[in-house]
Amino acid sequence: MSFWQSLRQSLMLNCREVSELLSASLDRRLKLRERFALRQHLKLCRDCSNFSKSIRVLEQAFRNWLRGSSSERLSPEARDRIRQELERRSGRNS
Amino acid sequence: MNETTSSRQADPASWLDEHGDALFRFALMRVHDQNAAEDLVQETFLSALGAYDRFEHRSSVRTWLIGILRNKIVDHFRRSGRVTAADEAAFEKKAVSDFFDETDHWRVPPGDWGTEPDLSTENREFWNTFERCVLKLPQTLVDAFCLRDLYDCQADEVCRVLDVSETNLSVRTYRARMLLRKCLEFNWFLPDR
Repeated sequence: MSFWQSLRQSLMLNCREVSELLSASLDRRLKLRERFALRQHLKLCRDCSNFSKSIRVLEQAFRNWLRGSSSERLSPEARDRIRQELERRSGRNS
Repeated sequence: MNETTSSRQADPASWLDEHGDALFRFALMRVHDQNAAEDLVQETFLSALGAYDRFEHRSSVRTWLIGILRNKIVDHFRRSGRVTAADEAAFEKKAVSDFFDETDHWRVPPGDWGTEPDLSTENREFWNTFERCVLKLPQTLVDAFCLRDLYDCQADEVCRVLDVSETNLSVRTYRARMLLRKCLEFNWFLPDR
């Protein structure tokens, strides 16, 4: 096997590896080699291209969902109740 | 090594002010029930008060509190009989091997979700489906996701709470994405396949 052939082989990814890299790409910057191998695979594989697009949508959905919940607050009633309970217990402990 | 006693003293009132809302949000994301979430937060603070002597300050107070809350959530689900630890472990293990065949090709090829799906707040039906899918995920997986929000995506803090390595965290995030994606594809984007 020539140098170029073996290099090419080492750059070939299967769909499982591609899915792992695509997920990682949402959390960290991929290495040049990884980006190159991904691009090669995605050019030829519609399944993985669909996967790539859908996890981006998923990521956006998750962010929207978390942002929606970021306005949630403990109700004043619950806060008072917890505060009283904590004071009662810490008073007893000290 | 001369720690002053004051810095060693528990200050539960300030915990409530500083971390109460964050803990509540995290609990709410996991149990989807306001009363249950409030109770979990209360239980967490009370346990923390009792355990403060043993807190070694190797992590931040918030990380320590969330660790306690996570245990409370596990207990909550066990009590309600919804999941057991064994279920979770089995599910998590089987989950990803199901996606690919022996040759590492997709068993069920991912479909096309179309361009620009409607992810607006008004799309209530979508978010109901989304939450149902999130609730189906094993706790260990969904925590990895939800905690990124509480820590502004600081992977090292998330790892500390979950007590896992960064590699392990990215494996969990990957599994969570795979399962959530599949659930949404079948229940929302391409229900007719």
